[in-house]
Amino acid sequence: MFDYESLRLIWWLLIGVLLIGFAITDGFDMGSAMLLPLIGKTDTERRVIINTIGPHWDGNQVWFITAGGAIFAAWPLVYATAFSGFYWAMLLVLFALFFRPIGFEYRSKMDNPRWRKSWDLGLCLGSLIPALVFGVAFGNLFLGVPFQFDELTRPTYTGSFFALLNPFALICGLVSVVMLAQHGAIWLQMRAGGAVVARAQHYANRLGYLLSVLMLVAGAIMVTSIEGYTISSPILSDAGSNPLSKTVIKTADWFANYDHYPLLWGLAGVCLILPLCVSLLAKINRPGWGFVVSSLSISSIILLAGSTLFPFVMPSSTSLASSLTLWDATSSQLTLEIMFWVAMVFVPIILCYTLWSYYKMWRRVEPEFIEQNSVSNY
Amino acid sequence: MVSETVVELSRWQFALTAMYHFLFVPLTLGLSFLLAIMESVYVMTNKQVYKDMTRFWGKLFGINFALGVTTGLTMEFQFGTNWAYYSHYVGDIFGAPLAIEGLMAFFLESTFIGLFFFGWDRLSKVQHLSVTWLVAIGSNFSALWILIANGWMQNPVGAYFNFETMRMEMDSFSEVIFNPVAQVKFVHTVSAGYVTGAIFVLAISSLYLLKRKDIDFARRSFAIASAFGLASALSVIVLGDESGYEVGEVQKVKLAAMEAEWETHPAPAPFTLVGLPNQETHTTDMAIKIPYALGLIATRSLDEEVMGINDLVDRAELRIRNGIKAYDLLMKLRNGEDTPAHRSEFLTVSDDLGYGLLLKRFTPNVVDATEEQIKAAAQDTIPQVAPMFWTFRLMVASGFTMLLLFILSFYYTAKRKEHQTRWLQKFALFCLPLPWIACETGWFVAEFGRQPWAIGEILPTYVATSNLTETDLWLSITGFVSLYTLFLIVEVFLMVKYIRKGPSALATGRYANEQAEGAVQHV
Repeated sequence: MFDYESLRLIWWLLIGVLLIGFAITDGFDMGSAMLLPLIGKTDTERRVIINTIGPHWDGNQVWFITAGGAIFAAWPLVYATAFSGFYWAMLLVLFALFFRPIGFEYRSKMDNPRWRKSWDLGLCLGSLIPALVFGVAFGNLFLGVPFQFDELTRPTYTGSFFALLNPFALICGLVSVVMLAQHGAIWLQMRAGGAVVARAQHYANRLGYLLSVLMLVAGAIMVTSIEGYTISSPILSDAGSNPLSKTVIKTADWFANYDHYPLLWGLAGVCLILPLCVSLLAKINRPGWGFVVSSLSISSIILLAGSTLFPFVMPSSTSLASSLTLWDATSSQLTLEIMFWVAMVFVPIILCYTLWSYYKMWRRVEPEFIEQNSVSNY
Repeated sequence: MVSETVVELSRWQFALTAMYHFLFVPLTLGLSFLLAIMESVYVMTNKQVYKDMTRFWGKLFGINFALGVTTGLTMEFQFGTNWAYYSHYVGDIFGAPLAIEGLMAFFLESTFIGLFFFGWDRLSKVQHLSVTWLVAIGSNFSALWILIANGWMQNPVGAYFNFETMRMEMDSFSEVIFNPVAQVKFVHTVSAGYVTGAIFVLAISSLYLLKRKDIDFARRSFAIASAFGLASALSVIVLGDESGYEVGEVQKVKLAAMEAEWETHPAPAPFTLVGLPNQETHTTDMAIKIPYALGLIATRSLDEEVMGINDLVDRAELRIRNGIKAYDLLMKLRNGEDTPAHRSEFLTVSDDLGYGLLLKRFTPNVVDATEEQIKAAAQDTIPQVAPMFWTFRLMVASGFTMLLLFILSFYYTAKRKEHQTRWLQKFALFCLPLPWIACETGWFVAEFGRQPWAIGEILPTYVATSNLTETDLWLSITGFVSLYTLFLIVEVFLMVKYIRKGPSALATGRYANEQAEGAVQHV
């Protein structure tokens, strides 16, 4: 039905869709939980925040798990190399994420302030740390990651965890945190009740400015001081996946794709403007539209990052030829094709019942509702 | 190559996190169906007590489910973090069921679990009932796909080795799905989950009956659990995964090891009930044997042989010698000598490449292996027999004890005497740990019995790990163990708290102690 080259391109898009799905859905619940100590001052206010996301965080988190599974199935070399190379970053993400399911589920099962405050901290850090690490990891992709393959295609990572924490990557980490925090704030402005709304509005407004500034700084560093990568041998887009069969050279910057497709400059502009639009919509009290625009903003930022790297997925700074691209890090044609059809069938079904679940639970969570239904709520 | 210690520690980390994860999974599998049954009865009869049952057992379900989700996160990413070479080598096949599990099962289960807890007053009765069923179906789909993945590790069908990409690639998805090992494993494992759910409800209901509180609530729970449990326990035992031992060399080794079958006996082979397996002399001391029984159980025939360990070792040795040739040809093919002659020669021995890789542990070049190293690698294809032998027997004994409990419970429930039969209630309470013992020992048999392979006859565990340091592993194991221990303490604490409260935790004003404490308003 599809040739190998098209399937590889489609899977690059599909992984992008899963990551965007993750950032939009799990993004607002992570953002809300990050803001828990800032926006929720009393126990009831915090329960308001938690209960706006209560019915949804678990389904949202599946976007993350499925993205992991899809990377395993479609890009096994990326799954193997990235997660073993970024070992401590990945474990940090997991250790932090652990505190979310139990935090949500256990927090309100005991009527003890210390117990609840501990879980609030767990929920906040359990959302903040993964967002930060994802951004830092993404930032390091632009810098190149020190890894190579031996003759049996066994990946070895030669960097350290602390080398990941360089200034550029940390700014990318902050972009990720602020992006999701704004997304969470606009969600709370839309769905929470009581005193929480005004504070959420304040943060949804302010974080947009911060996000644009941070992206401007990241962009400036990209333009001035980060080298790019390019494939210097003919691209074998329908050959078996063997990264070592190509050669790669470094270039002055990452903007070669922008020269070929000037529309990318436009997309970059959109990425800078959309967070400001969200700020404005928060200010004029249109959080519904604000949430839609914030989702668009997140999608654009992820799409821009992916397109800048294209066709690279994970460049290697120490063994250029080992760099993983969407042409040579994929599964076999058969597996990509089977998984494509599986995704075509199930993603629309998932979207349908996910929307149904949001539709059924749609209402402002008011503080009075929490107090009256103390036993059945989070 | 990586050090032995890194391999050992990686195995420990995987075993600890997987077995810990499986403390919560079987209860989710079983309890989700019990909730769906209870709510179905509520919708059909409109009796409030069945709604209260669904909500109360649902609360306990939620406490358990949260940790299932938490520990499941680790499982999704641990192949990449700690088994990088494995992920590269078989990701083309193994990744697919994992991704499908996410798309088909996790989304379903996790989206509707939110509606299960928060949707009671937002959904119609039938809508909510559908939601509950979808949670149960979702969690069972998840079991299906992860067991297809695991079944493939035991019996890797539908795939071939591609020397250009240096990995296994799928050539038949339907063979992967309809792998006989995966199918029997699925039925066996989900039935074990149903038994776990049933024992849980049965034991805790018995506790309320023993304390003589909320009798009506407890009796109805007890009745549903005993019927559901009896059917499930029969299913676990009758459809037990023994039939899966007919296929694949690794499964044969596993069968021989758990039965301590050192020599191939004339059919039908005797069954060693108990004894002391001795790995050095390849004999079982003080064995008590039942004539013919093993042959009958394992082959369901009087004339088929059950291959003994010594013969299996000999066969492995031959395949290791072939594997050396395969490895030699592979190196030639990958290093510029890609000729048609080499290709066709490689095809004749490529099935034994995995056996060649077994030598990596002894000599990185494989082709220069000495006779002693080949013999040692052949011995290595047999897992330690004594742990297999004993854990298998522990699992079976737990299974039959639970079957007995369900038969008695069902009988006394049918006679409407279960609430007066205090010895039965005590027996049920005593059985509470058994499903977990059976599940964990069962997984031990399945996975320890797979050693030295990560993927049966394809990829040795020794070469499957990531290139990490011992320090990395010690630190990450410490991290997992400390966090998981903390979580377990919290979970058990909450579980006990809510079990003690009983259905009065719902604050409906209808249950024990609530009137005394001043009824909280109805939710």
